[in-house]
Amino acid sequence: MDDAIVVESLVKTFKATKALDGIDLTVPPGTVLGLLGPNGAGKTTCVRILATLLRPDAGRAWVTGLDVLREPQRVRARIGLTGQYAAVDDYLTGQENLEMVGRLYHLRPAEARGRAVALLDRFELSDASGRVVKTYSGGMRRRLDIAAALIARPRVLFLDEPTTGLDPRSRIGMWELIEGLVRDGTTILLTTQYLDEADRLASTIAVIDIGKVIASGTARELKSQVGGERLEVTVAGASELDAAVSALAPFAAGEPVVDVPTLHVTVPVSKGAGILPEVVRDLDAAGVTLEDLALRHPTLDDVFLALTGHAAEEKPADGAAPAEKGRRGRRKEPK
Amino acid sequence: MTALADPWVTTAEELERRTGPRWALSDSLVMTARLLRQIPRIPELLIFSTVQPIMFVVLFVYVFGGAIRTPGDVPYVQFLLPGIFVQTVAFGGAATGIGLADDLQKGLVDRFRSLPMARSALLLGRTMSDVVRNALTVVIMVVVGVLTGFRFHGSVQGVAAGLALLLLFEFALSWIGVLIGLSVKSVEAAQSGGFIWLFPLTFASSAFVPVDGMPGWLRGFATHQPVTVTVNALRGWFNGEPIGSDGWQALGWIAAVLVVAIPVAVRRYRRMTR
Repeated sequence: MDDAIVVESLVKTFKATKALDGIDLTVPPGTVLGLLGPNGAGKTTCVRILATLLRPDAGRAWVTGLDVLREPQRVRARIGLTGQYAAVDDYLTGQENLEMVGRLYHLRPAEARGRAVALLDRFELSDASGRVVKTYSGGMRRRLDIAAALIARPRVLFLDEPTTGLDPRSRIGMWELIEGLVRDGTTILLTTQYLDEADRLASTIAVIDIGKVIASGTARELKSQVGGERLEVTVAGASELDAAVSALAPFAAGEPVVDVPTLHVTVPVSKGAGILPEVVRDLDAAGVTLEDLALRHPTLDDVFLALTGHAAEEKPADGAAPAEKGRRGRRKEPK
Repeated sequence: MTALADPWVTTAEELERRTGPRWALSDSLVMTARLLRQIPRIPELLIFSTVQPIMFVVLFVYVFGGAIRTPGDVPYVQFLLPGIFVQTVAFGGAATGIGLADDLQKGLVDRFRSLPMARSALLLGRTMSDVVRNALTVVIMVVVGVLTGFRFHGSVQGVAAGLALLLLFEFALSWIGVLIGLSVKSVEAAQSGGFIWLFPLTFASSAFVPVDGMPGWLRGFATHQPVTVTVNALRGWFNGEPIGSDGWQALGWIAAVLVVAIPVAVRRYRRMTR
């Protein structure tokens, strides 16, 4: 069992909702697995099981070779967890927060202190280390949260939607920070709703939907399934839709999707921006009046559309924010 | 990991070996230290927890006091203050549940539960730090008492025994607060549900008026319930009078609450992991 994380047919049901419906995952050491999916897909439930916070109804899981269900306390000494909401104490300073978590990992006081200073420095929080966390910005809290997860040098790090709710600048800062951890050789399981984030950070991506892995592979492999960039054309009237589809056919790398109410035609393309002048000429020649024309990178929606035929919308059965749902489910479940 | 290179490198294997009672105690102390640090940083909490009892002292001493006949005609302030002390720590103890609900709501508990720390440490840290917090409140209330004419007439040992019993009583109620906090899990619910039961318990007792004046059906409850026996023991010790069996009865109640509430609370908390 050399893999850092192994998950075998995990099943977890909350009341009527099947949060996990037989998930299998393997993460080799030193790599990053991106768990990609919409709200309610089961990402958080999966992380909570691996972090020993939740017991599955069926299936097994190992972290660094240790059975998560049989030896949770040993697993806890080897992992670091950051949830969707920064789990730091508002009334302690940054330094005090990290020292406290270090001591709770059972580091000796001097080591906890030294590690806290080093991590605060690394995450550019040294200036704020003596301030209570209440005064921190959202981005600073997240950085402190990740620092807390790293205090005992865990072999496996779980990052549950590390950039959700961050402004664009903090988001890029967080990406750079995570890339630094990857360079250091930390094994990371990262959940995200954003394809660009998974693309940038993960060595392998597993797309999950309604508790199942529906696709996995490298970002490149997934994109080739999705068909790279998409050309989105908006026409002036419904009567022009057919003409637009025929005119776009030579450029299409896949099936066009026509949305009649919004007068959109979307086609996957493989060539990029260079084809745009030609596209405009051909549409014009076909008598199509262009309202809008856009070339965009595939999103989670496109991945879902390509893989499942439906958009990545929140499922009505478990539409609430996954953390909330997981939490409620966990507390009400007697076991 | 050049940036993190430092002389102490405790491996995960070594951390895994650091279990047992010694580390469990260390975890509880770390958690207690965390909560004690919060006390001066959230002064509102300490202020609000003393405003209400101060109002009670003023109202009872100056408004109702004149109309209440105390047994043996001791000055009402001598009769009242032990009752106020017990009421103050009863509410202070139940407030433990609010703090716990706050931790649960914020997701901080998720972090704690993902750490290799003892499962009992969060609850023990809460209840132990609240003993210190309530000791501070008691000091303030003693000062308020002295300002309104209250005096300790008992022996030093008696006063010390009374104060110790007071804090033990607080510790026991803290665990009931923990149970409530673990059940409701939201600060708002803990605030409204955590205190209601204390009104009948503190008022249908000897804390403010002698129980003799109560109707028969209530007197039976009021004479033997934990607040009454604790208040009576405190009165005896603070006023230098014999306390009879009240001290033992109070200890009996405290022991009974702790023996039931601690295991149930720890089990409940563990269960939440599942």
